[in-house]
Amino acid sequence: MIEEIITSGRMNPEIDPILHVWGGEIPFYLFLGGISAGILIFSAYFTLRGRQEELPVAVKWMPLAVPFLIGIGLIALLMDLSHVLYFWQLFTNIRWESPMSWGAWTLGIIMPLSIAWIATWVEDIFPKWDWKFDEVKTAIEWLKNYRRYMAQILILLSVILGMYTGILLSAFNARPFWNTSILGPLFLASGLSASAALVSFFSKSEVEKRLFTRIDIILIGIELFMIVHLFMGHLAGTQVHIQAAQMFLGGAFTVPFWVFVVGLGLLLPVVLEILELKHKFIPAIVPVVLIVAGNLMLRFIVVNAGQASRWLY
Amino acid sequence: MRYAMAVDTLKCVGCSDCVVACQTENDVPIGHCRDWIVEKTTGTYPELQLEIRSERCNHCANAPCVRTCPTEASHYAEGGIVLVEESECIGCKACITSCPYDARFIHPEGYVDKCTFCIHRVEKGQNPACVSVCPTHAMIFGDLDDPNSDISRAMATRKWKSLIPEAGTDPKVFYLI
Repeated sequence: MIEEIITSGRMNPEIDPILHVWGGEIPFYLFLGGISAGILIFSAYFTLRGRQEELPVAVKWMPLAVPFLIGIGLIALLMDLSHVLYFWQLFTNIRWESPMSWGAWTLGIIMPLSIAWIATWVEDIFPKWDWKFDEVKTAIEWLKNYRRYMAQILILLSVILGMYTGILLSAFNARPFWNTSILGPLFLASGLSASAALVSFFSKSEVEKRLFTRIDIILIGIELFMIVHLFMGHLAGTQVHIQAAQMFLGGAFTVPFWVFVVGLGLLLPVVLEILELKHKFIPAIVPVVLIVAGNLMLRFIVVNAGQASRWLY
Repeated sequence: MRYAMAVDTLKCVGCSDCVVACQTENDVPIGHCRDWIVEKTTGTYPELQLEIRSERCNHCANAPCVRTCPTEASHYAEGGIVLVEESECIGCKACITSCPYDARFIHPEGYVDKCTFCIHRVEKGQNPACVSVCPTHAMIFGDLDDPNSDISRAMATRKWKSLIPEAGTDPKVFYLI
């Protein structure tokens, strides 16, 4: 047997023995960004399909949460920056090659756009709402004429928001576990799934509940399919990718991932949702909590596992 | 002009003079380093091979840190030297995670820091501090575009390797073997 011992004199507390530059703020932000993207996609899509009266929670109510979710996410992002007073530099540069630059600009546009989107629905939700100033009222009436265009732009930007968080990680080939393009679609699907679960939890209409439970079941199926592909891709990759996959196939991340993310976060809720559709009594809070917690855990595990995987030379 | 460095692994004794010279020259904060020594022992006792390398930022021609930087703080300077502009760095750490050589660190003031090939010395025609103090003359710095430079001649006449070229980074620090 050939043995190799590598002794390094490098002093770098953030990198040695394993990289840990991103703590909890980043996965927490990825989680909030994913859910916000999911909420906006459903709201905009069902508006374009003209189903706003039939699906009020998805179209009108849920977007109310988006500015808060994105706001908390932005605070988490700022807390992560180590040179935070210079954060404005994000908006003096456009870097096409940097997913983080895409993310910053997308967030910068989606935040005001989502507020404008909510403003066009506020009077539907709260009939007694009064804008107080006639100018605001006129502006919002004018905006309502352009709802279709807003919805189209929102869908485009929300897909970018939902995907970029995964693409951001997959752009780092230095961290083999992240270096798979399936992370983008996987994060998008999981963000959509969590928001679908939230819609069916908050909805009081049977039609809306059942539609979003059905959508969620399909999305969880897609997620499971992509998770299998993620590992197939890694196992068919180079030595560093195989080692990265092995962290989940017997290594340190095996139990947290397969038990908590896949078992409790995807398989159990999908079974509960199927039973729900068959009119079995399932406390509505159970699947939604499992799905949202699994969603958060998925991002924590992916961010940590990526930092633990590396090239050896 | 394409600046590059070659480290002769047959001459390097791992004395860490390059590390100390760098820390002094560049006022590197205590507890961090811009260059470091790696000793790689291969084999089973008593049949052993030892390779000693002085490592640092590879000043890649296809640098992932420059690509992933959202603000252009990480950029290519003259001769392909990869630098960080402190006043543009937001401390997002994307460059740290994108570097397969783990050559970057967070300066206590918040921005990201790393080897600069001592550009302030190179601009005056001097060698980087690590190269100039090496007691065994194990390091060569120069211009790969000049066929008569010491580094071009060493690379033409010696066997060499670079670190994880399969990462696609096109590194500009070479190891003579």
